[in-house]
Amino acid sequence: MADLSTNLAGIKSPNPFWVASGPPANTGYQAHRAFEAGWGGVVWKTIGTPIVNVSSRYSALNSGPTRMIGFNNIELISDRSPETNFREIAEVKKRWPHHAVIASLMVETREQWHEFVQRSADAGADGIELNYGCPHGMCERGMGSAVGQQPAVAEKITSWVMEAATIPVIVKLTPNITDVTMAARAAKRAGANAISLINTINSITNVNLDTFVPEPTVAGRSSHGGYCGPAVKPIALNMVQACAADPDVRLPISGIGGIANWRDAAEFLALGSTSLQVCTAIMHYGFRIVEDMNEGLSAYLDSKGMKSITELIGRSVPTLQKWETLDLHWQRVARIDYDTCIGCNLCYIACEDGAHQCIDLKSPEKLGVGLGPGRVPHKPVPKVREEDCVGCNLCSLVCPVDECITMTEIPNGQSPMSWSNYQEKLAKGEMKAIPPHP
Amino acid sequence: MPLQPLLPAAALAANMADLHPPLRPQEALVEANRCLYCFDAPCIMACPTGIDVPAFIKKIASGNPIGAAKTILTANILGASCARVCPTSVLCEGACVLDDRDEQPIQIGRLQRYATDYIEQRGLSVLSAPAKKTGKKVAVIGAGPAGLGCAAELARLGHGVTVFEKQPQAGGLNTYGIAYYKLKPEISLAEVALVQSLGVKIRCGVEVGRDLAVARLEQEFAAIFVGIGLGDAQRLRIPGEDLPEVRDALAFIEQLRTEPLDRVPVGRAVAVVGCGNTAIDAATQALRLGADSATIVYRRGEEDMSAYEFEYELAKADGVEFLFHTAPVEVLATDGHVCGLRLSRTVVNAAGKAEQVPNSEFNQAFDLVLMAVGQEKQIALLKQLFPALALDARGAIQRDPLTGQTTMPHVFTGGDCANGGREVVNAVGEGKKAAHGLHAFLTQATARPPIQPSRLGAKTGATGSGLLQPIRAHELEAQVKIPGASPGAFDKTAANSSDHNAIRA
Ligand SMILES: Cc1cc2nc3c(=O)[nH]c(=O)nc-3n(C[C@H](O)[C@H](O)[C@H](O)COP(=O)(O)OP(=O)(O)OC[C@H]3O[C@@H](n4cnc5c(N)ncnc54)[C@H](O)[C@@H]3O)c2cc1C
Ligand SMILES: Cc1cc2nc3c(=O)[nH]c(=O)nc-3n(C[C@H](O)[C@H](O)[C@H](O)COP(=O)(O)O)c2cc1C
Ligand code: SF4
Ligand code: SF4
Ligand code: SF4
Repeated sequence: MADLSTNLAGIKSPNPFWVASGPPANTGYQAHRAFEAGWGGVVWKTIGTPIVNVSSRYSALNSGPTRMIGFNNIELISDRSPETNFREIAEVKKRWPHHAVIASLMVETREQWHEFVQRSADAGADGIELNYGCPHGMCERGMGSAVGQQPAVAEKITSWVMEAATIPVIVKLTPNITDVTMAARAAKRAGANAISLINTINSITNVNLDTFVPEPTVAGRSSHGGYCGPAVKPIALNMVQACAADPDVRLPISGIGGIANWRDAAEFLALGSTSLQVCTAIMHYGFRIVEDMNEGLSAYLDSKGMKSITELIGRSVPTLQKWETLDLHWQRVARIDYDTCIGCNLCYIACEDGAHQCIDLKSPEKLGVGLGPGRVPHKPVPKVREEDCVGCNLCSLVCPVDECITMTEIPNGQSPMSWSNYQEKLAKGEMKAIPPHP
Repeated sequence: MPLQPLLPAAALAANMADLHPPLRPQEALVEANRCLYCFDAPCIMACPTGIDVPAFIKKIASGNPIGAAKTILTANILGASCARVCPTSVLCEGACVLDDRDEQPIQIGRLQRYATDYIEQRGLSVLSAPAKKTGKKVAVIGAGPAGLGCAAELARLGHGVTVFEKQPQAGGLNTYGIAYYKLKPEISLAEVALVQSLGVKIRCGVEVGRDLAVARLEQEFAAIFVGIGLGDAQRLRIPGEDLPEVRDALAFIEQLRTEPLDRVPVGRAVAVVGCGNTAIDAATQALRLGADSATIVYRRGEEDMSAYEFEYELAKADGVEFLFHTAPVEVLATDGHVCGLRLSRTVVNAAGKAEQVPNSEFNQAFDLVLMAVGQEKQIALLKQLFPALALDARGAIQRDPLTGQTTMPHVFTGGDCANGGREVVNAVGEGKKAAHGLHAFLTQATARPPIQPSRLGAKTGATGSGLLQPIRAHELEAQVKIPGASPGAFDKTAANSSDHNAIRA
């Protein structure tokens, strides 16, 4: 069994799975339940001057019968008093000394920050997370993403925090910014110990076409909400990798955004996360999901011969490079496995209308592929013209049968040449321009 | 004429192939992703071993089939055979919430097979017994599902276990009695090996009461679990019953499960007397072995048969013929071999008994007659082994349903000999529950079964599912009155209430 224990800037936990700051991390009761179920850490629901919430706070994006592939909320920070929150943190820490409890904070003045940082440490929290991310409500009051979107302001506030901090400080970044590494660098300059990302993304999930008010609706109005859940994973992965690869950041990362199972977790680790935070998936299914996360991640590491998650962390970061370094000569084409092809012809129409018209429909008799599963005599089946196929992957993405269309590398004997190489060679007159596609 | 095998090996292999073929990986993934991952799910409640169904299905969906197998086998050591033999439509799948959304329920049995096959085919082990032993020793009589379920759980609680089995191989009816097209004997034997891998000793070919006295067991072991199942087939006591081609249906099935299929003799026109699930199994297997016809002779009507609906459908699809309201009065013979049955029409009288219609007798030609009118209770054997043991009116062993403890404090029981004859999964669950009863008896402490994630924080209590308070199916059943049912009437849709060999007078 691989070692899942984690150390993020000195914050230790038995596994990398933390409950993200949000409704599942609202109370001591929930923290106890989370740890009983197997979570390694809890980032407390953001503590600050208590707020008042509206009723009707969430909406979701469904995909067919699958609920909540995307999730949206207009909730603010904790509506409980700092006294209650810090008391419960102390109680939870006493019961779970080896699990991570992190106080998420959001206040305004330097004095308040100093006070809350001190109270977090006094409660026994293992670390502090600064919420510069909340994209609704709090930003109208000059907090949350209003801070996170202005690196200079974030740097200033972080430096206030560092003046008082005796425990590790994580800066939580908002994705609602053009270049997230600017915010990450600001955190670094201010002396933060780690960053976490992403917080939620500004969104409107849907409009009720009878009332014309988007959800969640509050007495005939709505408000821009924060988007999260499985749908945001690609955006989160992109931002995590960007920070992990930036030589001016070099801070440990707690990865957040759409993590729902051990595979998502492994991907966040590979792109540079040291710990992982989950909110929406818990809101959907409960704390119990962590059993499969721990077990699946551990089995995966074992299957790869990795002894601990440190061997996975950041493994994929260097594989992402600038486009101009990619090999223009490397080629792959689509190949169809007629033993599993069911004859839906989705690949054909995708290539015909949506790509490069490289698939023909031919009679199975002429192709000599016989009748596969579900295919009808004389009904044409797709055939890729490999010489024309640009290898874009589209057909393999639309194909409803796993591993039916394989994108296969075609060695063409040409040595690698990137766009930069190409530009150099052109400049030196070593080659002629590649003719435009007909 | 003596009977002959009728078909070549290749045809038999095709006829006896798995009724429900394994799911392919993509099928399993699609099916697993349909599951809603309910909390405190009804499918868990309906499983007599309390498998955390949503948890294992979620693991299949996430690409963690090894973890799925672990979830299954932790709750049910015979999870591989139960995946194949459970009447899922009256258990987990019958309880699936998707039934209530007018959709097909999740194919829980086939997904369970997918996960257990996955580790079996790769030779992976997912269970272990603790290194620290308690030093307590328990004897288990009978290596059927109940005995194996009890033995495995005891081993995982750290106790020493020796199982005594009279047959040459362990597994009970899983090895010797279940229909071939549902469960191959190899699967059962692989499960026996899994139980042994936990440190359980199994001594086959030892019949307790004949080869080994109970007194010896009592000297050597601190407690005893009795899982001896049901006894021999009941007889009809009609003339001609001793002819060579009149056979106990169970013996016929045992033969086809222990000998190469192309050496098993079968008749061309087979009669099966009785109408429980065993009768159906015998008739369909006779046809699959090459019989031209198989006819079930039942003294009551279609509506009274105790076989499950899906078993009846299978039999009809296989071409089994049914003679309802008919009873055999004599087995007819020429030259000492069976040539037919003398049959009489019957009616159900006002008292609810089936009685023969005078002057309605007729003959029908058969060359093999299989008796499937129920297995005897083990009254004589139990009286011999444990004279002090109390039996109930049916001849089943009386026990505390929560702990399996009998009227003799050091003797525990479960399975067919205690419940009167149910399913494999009931036997495993009752064996497991008795293991916890035994653990409490041996250590004066209650073992807390692991809390499975899909019940974490659910309300606990005696009527909870099999997770916090293992195995409730039959307790619940005892409390649930079937609405509108007249006393003694049989509702074949009620979960778990089939008596496999039952034919009622
Ligand atoms: C024909 C048939 C088909 C069935 N089909 C299904 C099905 O499809 N699905 C399903 O769920 N259930 C089915 N069942 C029911 C199921 O097989 C039983 O409920 C289950 O096997 C009961 O387990 P058990 O351990 O209590 O008894 P058994 O399986 O009967 O095991 C008892 C064991 O004790 C041994 N034993 C008995 N006396 C002694 C002694 N004195 N000393 C040592 N050993 C002894 C026996 O040899 C046997 O191995 C079927 C039953 C029959 C008869
Ligand atoms: C209802 C809700 C409330 C949230 N509240 C907070 C909060 O108080 N502080 C904070 O830092 N993040 C908050 N978040 C953001 C989450 O911590 C997390 O960054 C985001 O949801 C992405 O992760 P996910 O896809 O796993 O949900 C909240 C998210 C949701 C859905
Ligand atoms: S989830 Fe709970 S709090 Fe929210 S609307 Fe439903 S019942 Fe009310
Ligand atoms: S999309 Fe896939 S299954 Fe459908 S026709 Fe193309 S290759 Fe066959
Ligand atoms: S009841 Fe059906 S949908 Fe719900 S967890 Fe069980 S199998 Fe899945």
